[in-house]
Amino acid sequence: MQKTFTYPKFDFVTPPELAEGKSGHYPVVVVGAGPVGLSAAIDLAQQGQDVLLLDNDDTVSIGSRGVCYAKRALEVLDRMGCGEKFVAKGVNWDVGRTFLREGEVFNFNLRPEADHHRPGMINLQQYYLEEYLVERARQLPNLQMRFKNEVIAVTPGDDKVGVRVETPEGAYTLSTDWLVVADGARSPIRTMMGLDIEGKIFMDRFLIADVVMKADFPAERWFWFDPPFHPNQSVLLHKQADNVWRIDFQLGWEADPVEEKKPENVIPRIKAMLGDEREFELEWVSVYTFQCRRMNEFTHGRVLFAGDSAHQVSPFGARGANSGIQDTDNLAWKLKLVLDGKAPPALLDTYSEERGWAADENLMNSTRSTDFITPKSKTSKMFRNAVLELAAQHPFARALVNSGRLSVPSWLQNSSLNTPDTDTFAGDMIPGAPAADAPVGDGGADGWLLRQLGNRFQALHYVDDASALDAATAQALDQLAGNGIAVQALVVAQRGQAPSGLKTLIDAKGRVRERYDLQPGSTYLLRPDQHVAARWRALTPAKVHAAVARATRNA
Amino acid sequence: MPLNTQPNFREAGKRYFQTFSPGDDFYELLIDTHRDLSDDQSAMLNARLVLLLANHIGDIGTLREAMRIAREGV
Repeated sequence: MQKTFTYPKFDFVTPPELAEGKSGHYPVVVVGAGPVGLSAAIDLAQQGQDVLLLDNDDTVSIGSRGVCYAKRALEVLDRMGCGEKFVAKGVNWDVGRTFLREGEVFNFNLRPEADHHRPGMINLQQYYLEEYLVERARQLPNLQMRFKNEVIAVTPGDDKVGVRVETPEGAYTLSTDWLVVADGARSPIRTMMGLDIEGKIFMDRFLIADVVMKADFPAERWFWFDPPFHPNQSVLLHKQADNVWRIDFQLGWEADPVEEKKPENVIPRIKAMLGDEREFELEWVSVYTFQCRRMNEFTHGRVLFAGDSAHQVSPFGARGANSGIQDTDNLAWKLKLVLDGKAPPALLDTYSEERGWAADENLMNSTRSTDFITPKSKTSKMFRNAVLELAAQHPFARALVNSGRLSVPSWLQNSSLNTPDTDTFAGDMIPGAPAADAPVGDGGADGWLLRQLGNRFQALHYVDDASALDAATAQALDQLAGNGIAVQALVVAQRGQAPSGLKTLIDAKGRVRERYDLQPGSTYLLRPDQHVAARWRALTPAKVHAAVARATRNA
Repeated sequence: MPLNTQPNFREAGKRYFQTFSPGDDFYELLIDTHRDLSDDQSAMLNARLVLLLANHIGDIGTLREAMRIAREGV
């Protein structure tokens, strides 16, 4: 059916274990070449880690599946060196509109303030994301990908994990120090290990139809409650690349998934919606249900779960792939430090702690959206309809309309890795916050703060004039690089160049100062995943080292 | 006191990073309060809730305005 995309076919290559009959040992094996597994493998490999990635298939995602990628995921993709191509191909959007029957009752803007590099969201079919990630992975010589290599057994041990792999040419065994599992919602490895994932299934069915058509609807998210063309149910419209439009119809629990997928039943629904004789072609159709559930712990000894294998949410909010990519953002630097012997394995427990917190937040928000979109009782439905009707005239009710609260990063404010504030700051960049973007320098391709952050610990130190930075401070900043876990110093200033070749970022528009509430001397410690670890009004190297130790479980 | 129809939910000691969060906190609480009740029980709960909140607001001019808006379009 698919006409706009040609699926790549990744060659099966005889693994050395089968060619040479030896059982290989690897420091890290990642299972699953979806967005999450690929992100994990790329992130580790670009930090210099040898990684083996196993996948049971030989192509990318079949069907468009996850199409909405949020600002934070784009920032992570930027850090992994493949954001630009993805954003260029995708459809940028910031505005979502919600309709009750025919009238608009509410709209939101995902990017209420200017001067951020990335938009609130882009829409792009999941197969493009996977294709671009595979391209990026191929640039990394220490990342080995094996397609048509299916994990059929896992033997967790105290000092390593045994993995049995089935291929078209036979089975083989390997072992690894760490196994990163990103094998999806049904996670065969989770099942093999007999691990529980708890939550609930929602009693509703939804029809996804991707259609190819020429349409001049704006690049916005449109959501209808009870529209005339699909009474009593909800409908969602999204624009994707290549003139593909995603339409999502709520069907109700009684709908027959096999019947509903048939073109003779899908096409009339779309015609009723478009309301004209516009030509369109069906690209992909799927009927889905969903579950909201998570594992209690994402780390099980040397086996680490990420993405849908660890937690699943309703699709209203685009919190699936987006949160999975953020899992790997959180996991990769911690695992690298543990592999390098620079942090104890207990650091990985904080992956489970921090991303478990994020999963709870995602589950809460997506469950709230689901409860609003598909009310479970007469009273719930009455409140929902009252909100929608009041929303046309009353701002408070507009704020309650919930057609999906779209993926935003978690403020890890309760993380044990944070050093609590002892100084006073205004604004949202508290310890645990995801660093806010802002323009820096000359506004060129790298002229954004977040393009300068990540992959290592960094200390961001503010002065008005960098060239006036005193020698003692410059030396203290410079020396942060040479003590165990290196901290790169970044001087943020309105003008000037810091001495001793210290990297200097010019805050020409003043947005860094504004968003981080900077005064001369203010110093932020940032983690390799661009989250704030600590901040002070003055630079004290001993405090920076103590905060790094705390953020790496070395204290 | 004029009736406030602007977003007005908040909770002491809680910090919000998204504008939709306080309203969603309230709405979840409201729906959870009704969980597992029959329709009649829910109607009774709503009646009791209106009485409690009305007394808390106290100002009959404000309540009159709220009642007028609520009645419109029902």
